[in-house]
Amino acid sequence: MKLNNVIMRTMTQMVFFIIFLFSIHIFLAGHFAPGGGFVGGLLMSCAIVLLLITFDLKTVQTLLPINYMTLTAIGLALALLTACISAFAGEAFFTHYFDYFTLPLLGKTELHTAMLFDTGVYLVVVGVTMIIIQSIGGDE
Amino acid sequence: MQLWMIFLPVIAALFMPLLFKKIKLHTGWFVLIVPVVLVSYYASKIGDRATYASWTWVADLQLKIDSSLDGLGLLFSILITGIGALVVLYSIFYLDKTKEQLHNFYMYLLLFMTAMLGVVQSDNVMSLYLFWELTSISSFLLIGYWFTRDASRFGALKSMMITVFGGLLMLGGFLILANITGTMSISEMLLHTTEIKESPYFTLAAILVLLGALTKSAQFPFYIWLPDAMEAPTPVSAYLHSATMVKAGIYLVARFTPIFAYSTTWIWLIVILGLITLFWGSFFATKQRDLKGILAFSTVSQLGMIMSMLGVAAMSYHVDGNAENVFKYAGFAALFHLINHATFKGALFMIAGIIDHETGTRDIRKLGGLMSLMPISFTVAMITSLSMAGLPPFNGFLSKELFFTTMLSAQDFSWSTVAVLIPVVAWLASVFTFVYCLYFVTGIFFGKRHELPKKPHEAPIGMLISPLVLASFVVVLFFIPNVVTDALIKPAVLAIQPNQFLTVGDIDIHISMWHGFNTELLMTIGVVVVGFGLFMTVKHWRKVYSLVPEWFSLNQLYRRMMRLADEDMTKVSKRYMTGSIRTYFIYMFAAIVIIVVSTLFMKDGYAFDTAHASDIGAFDIALVVVLVLGTLTVLFARTRLTAIIALGVVGYSVAMFFVLFNAPDLALTQLSIETVSVALFLLAFYHLPKLSRHEARLPFRLGNFVIALAVGVMVTLMALASQSQKLLPSISEYYKETVYKEAGGGNIVNVILVDYRGFDTLFEITVLAIAGMAIFGMIKLRRKKGADKNEIK
Repeated sequence: MKLNNVIMRTMTQMVFFIIFLFSIHIFLAGHFAPGGGFVGGLLMSCAIVLLLITFDLKTVQTLLPINYMTLTAIGLALALLTACISAFAGEAFFTHYFDYFTLPLLGKTELHTAMLFDTGVYLVVVGVTMIIIQSIGGDE
Repeated sequence: MQLWMIFLPVIAALFMPLLFKKIKLHTGWFVLIVPVVLVSYYASKIGDRATYASWTWVADLQLKIDSSLDGLGLLFSILITGIGALVVLYSIFYLDKTKEQLHNFYMYLLLFMTAMLGVVQSDNVMSLYLFWELTSISSFLLIGYWFTRDASRFGALKSMMITVFGGLLMLGGFLILANITGTMSISEMLLHTTEIKESPYFTLAAILVLLGALTKSAQFPFYIWLPDAMEAPTPVSAYLHSATMVKAGIYLVARFTPIFAYSTTWIWLIVILGLITLFWGSFFATKQRDLKGILAFSTVSQLGMIMSMLGVAAMSYHVDGNAENVFKYAGFAALFHLINHATFKGALFMIAGIIDHETGTRDIRKLGGLMSLMPISFTVAMITSLSMAGLPPFNGFLSKELFFTTMLSAQDFSWSTVAVLIPVVAWLASVFTFVYCLYFVTGIFFGKRHELPKKPHEAPIGMLISPLVLASFVVVLFFIPNVVTDALIKPAVLAIQPNQFLTVGDIDIHISMWHGFNTELLMTIGVVVVGFGLFMTVKHWRKVYSLVPEWFSLNQLYRRMMRLADEDMTKVSKRYMTGSIRTYFIYMFAAIVIIVVSTLFMKDGYAFDTAHASDIGAFDIALVVVLVLGTLTVLFARTRLTAIIALGVVGYSVAMFFVLFNAPDLALTQLSIETVSVALFLLAFYHLPKLSRHEARLPFRLGNFVIALAVGVMVTLMALASQSQKLLPSISEYYKETVYKEAGGGNIVNVILVDYRGFDTLFEITVLAIAGMAIFGMIKLRRKKGADKNEIK
């Protein structure tokens, strides 16, 4: 899928970062506003798919040398370990903890173990979507 | 300490690969330390009071690993570790370090040792079951040790199928018992015998537990796995398949006798099946040509003999007072013969291994005249087979006499025809036992010498030590039986017949070599005379064996059942598992429609009420029109590209609906999903098959149409029904109250995903990851064209 389209390429280079940042924003906002790990991950995949459509598979692989299989595994492990934290403290599996902190630049911020779990979800979604797309798209 | 001892072998097993690869010395020397330590530990416990140790895993479910060393457990523990030490010593000379994967062999063997110790020491039935299955698994691994041979794999699978089948039934029996008594501990169950006896499930539990024992101890009709298990290396046959594992069933019966003895079904099943096995095994042993085959059938037969004695022991529960005295020998005789059998059969297996090792064949037709070449082996074989045949001055004579006493006493329980037949069958079986013992020894050591694959010579001394030790036990036990029985057997009998004996002192049994010309002695003389006559004429009556056609056998039945479960079932499932996703969708949708619609009608759940419906605006109507048009375009598109884009339109309009109905989270997700899947379709474009709409036949499309319509109707009905009636208050209020205070969040949808229902999400991403890996595997690792179509031949 090689398109020699200058406008598309130039646009993609900008739009990719916009979608990427938006996906991070949506992911972080998730606990209070619409969004979350699942949507964030899907948006991130959309950004990579855009790269794939504009450039070819090999170029994207050199741009983003990520092994998506490993990414999925890391995400899954992160989610599972987060769920296990409370078990080590002797409480029920999957008990979340949160508190409010005053951080530099950000001001009063809530830190929540659910965020760690959501990060796992985010990574798994990106990983799996890209595994599927790369395997099917890259198949001869 | 006591508990750790059970796990000592399996801990040692972890070091085997290291010892095998780094150290030149034969790995067996290191393994030998384990059973030697264990047997000295257990020997030091002789005469002590029963001790108990446990480690609780889940207290609420009464799950624990425990070790109870009472008389019975101690007797078996000493047997397991003692024979284990001799077998390991023997294996050092039997298995060549340069040719064999010794670390695997010894790991399996040590695993077995732990499992077996666990079986005989567990008081908790769940722990007992765990170790029980572990013995099956380690036996499977050991039989299949030479896994490149077809026969080994076949034998391994067969033993596994049969023993695990029995094990599962036994688990059922345990669960019934646990349900009745509310405890998982055998010793506590013993306190509830009246409740168990009165339960309607009493006989069922007895039969289930008994099936576990019968399969494990290779009783008729489940014995067929044992002859095939002879594909294992000979040390394994000597250890697992004659001295220890097959006796787990005997142990189980002995252990549960105080619970189940009140059931006459239990008694008659054990006695009758035991006697059938005894006769069947001894009769067919002479048919075998393979040395280990003869010994396998002989083991089957001897196990039946021990089993039938335990059945008679259970009869003592049905009589009172002095009448009990008649049965006092039964449990004692069973355990005494158990020890004797381990000594002579262990030695005989080792001799068979030596013959195989030094001559290169185990076929009795090719062997003969080895007496002068292998004098020591001959002596051992002679002593041990005469003991097995029940002749003095060997231990087998003593237990055979006790066996006859026991069988004669069964008549005091009942004078029915069956009971009268019991001593007769026992006597006949003993005659055939005598015949195959002679057949075994003379076949190898007497007669003319034939051409052999290897030049035969006496085995190295290291290999002879273990059989010599066992043979010396055979003789020593004849002369000083009471020393051994007082220390080991009498405490164990207390576990079988606690109704009759309270302390070791109550068991007034004294074995003497000479007890006058009684019925038992006359029976033995009869055995020798008739047996000798039958042996001399064996050529003439051998034809009897070929009378039964090959297809009419238990082995054939086993093969049929395996074929039914494997090949035939594959054929059936291939009928509907076509591999086409369209077919699967038809199954799935049809099933969903049938289930949901019939539930709606049966529960009278359908309702239609517009009271709470919101108004329909122009924008809604426009969206519906777009949605319908998009769907129709998908259906009637001439090119695939149009279809894909139209599908995208459908998806985005659904997302718009979410926006209209104030569900931003859903809308966002739907939009991203739609984008990714359209991109995926485009990427996968040229892999999809050509549109074949015009080739498809009409009935096929009609079926699809009906199912599609039905799904649509179902969803509509469901949506209307759920909108029009509210049986339960909405859960949203709960979320609204707790989401900030307890979950620390503001967006209920997302907090549900990561917190309230985090478990769901965890499983969903796991499924997602598995699906991703499956797709990767399907595409990247698929077969190249022209490769073998069948993955499994």
